[in-house]
Amino acid sequence: MPEAGSTRVVGDQPVVHRRTGGLGAYLRSIGAIIWKDLVAELRSRELLSAMLVFALLVVLIFNFALELDIRTRETVTSGVLWVTFAFAGTLGLNRSMAVEKDRGCLDGLLLVPVDRTAIYFGKVIGNLVFMLIVEAIVLPLYSVLYNINLFQPGLLAVILLGSIGYVAVGTLLSSMAVHARTRDVLLPILLFPVVLPVLVPAIKASNGFLQGFEMAEILPWLNLLIVYDVIFMAVAFMVFDYVVEE
Amino acid sequence: MIDVRGLVKTFGLKSVLRGLEFHVDRGEFVALVGPNGAGKTTFLRILASLARPSMGEVRVAGYRLPAQAAAVRVRLGVVSHQPLLYGDLTAEENLFFYSRMYGLTDLEHRVGAILEMVGLHARRRDLVRQYSRGMQQRLAIGRAILHDPDVLLFDEPHTGLDQEAAAMLDTLLQDVAARGRTVVMTSHNLDRAADLAERIDILSKGVIAASIKRDEIDPLDLPKLYRSVTHA
Repeated sequence: MPEAGSTRVVGDQPVVHRRTGGLGAYLRSIGAIIWKDLVAELRSRELLSAMLVFALLVVLIFNFALELDIRTRETVTSGVLWVTFAFAGTLGLNRSMAVEKDRGCLDGLLLVPVDRTAIYFGKVIGNLVFMLIVEAIVLPLYSVLYNINLFQPGLLAVILLGSIGYVAVGTLLSSMAVHARTRDVLLPILLFPVVLPVLVPAIKASNGFLQGFEMAEILPWLNLLIVYDVIFMAVAFMVFDYVVEE
Repeated sequence: MIDVRGLVKTFGLKSVLRGLEFHVDRGEFVALVGPNGAGKTTFLRILASLARPSMGEVRVAGYRLPAQAAAVRVRLGVVSHQPLLYGDLTAEENLFFYSRMYGLTDLEHRVGAILEMVGLHARRRDLVRQYSRGMQQRLAIGRAILHDPDVLLFDEPHTGLDQEAAAMLDTLLQDVAARGRTVVMTSHNLDRAADLAERIDILSKGVIAASIKRDEIDPLDLPKLYRSVTHA
């Protein structure tokens, strides 16, 4: 019987198990999932290319649709940005879980004797990396097209916090939707109403930084964003095990 | 090694397993056969801790499911008709990934040995999506035995394989089973089940309708018995 930390010889090969419990094993599992997602994406480029093309198209369409003066551009920028990130993010979330489901790999992950929340956090971090890559490409392009400086530390912090919240909810819901035949349609229908508490403060706080509001006016939205990030992450931590199981 | 009592599994109003009783001794190779929809895959998914029983008691390697699922998973290897492998990773990367997830050490040595065993060492750096179905199933067996489990569950592992690949898989299955492991395999193919397993259980209408030791029945009588049990 393979015990944690045990070594035994079967056939010619010794099989050594590390201690299966503990923070180290948990973090190693998260790291392995992130590594696997990044390597697979580096080879296929399916997820990033779809997200990126979609995001750039949305920005371009808004650019042609909204022929606005500089003042009005500042007021709509946060909305346009978050619509772009949210829609492009949905494509990525769908694809990220579909890869696991299509070849039965989700079962492979669920069969591993680690706490299943490690799978969740591994997928969250992987999805967050993809989303941040898309944002890092969209932001300079948007700055050029709309002639607005988006590289403000406050705004970047809001984008990071908003993305964390979005991905935290999105990864949980995509792991639910992936079991359905209509998962491509189901995810946005489930996700957008639930993620509103993240998107609204993200849009308001982004708008505050872009329009140069006082920090005192922005801070409540920022706090709300942080609180929702923590709440969504905690809820996902508690329910993920049940969500992924039949 | 596996002890199941009064297992019931329902999906909504539909009962798939209806008070199933099942027992497998350590080192035994049992084939589970039955018609489509008999509940074979559902039963195996419950044994694999991938689905929860609605009622009844399930013990694998002495641990109760689903309460002690983590302890069961350490001792369990699963091969299904899907390979559970990532097509955009190489064979070697897939095994490294699962080795890390299982918390194994000496990865290079272990992964190399497994690839040798399943006959894929020469193509270890090929992407899995470039593999034939037979090669993917052999690698899937390698993935399942990476952590040296005591119990192996095979869910119709021959699905989609041609004769040659199926024969190669049979040899591999016999090899991994011969190392003292407990094996439960579902199959549609009675001949194959009779060739590989020591005992054949027929699952019909959510219960084990018949249980036959291989040496107690003429293989030629098996189809007749199967028909009489499943059409009863």
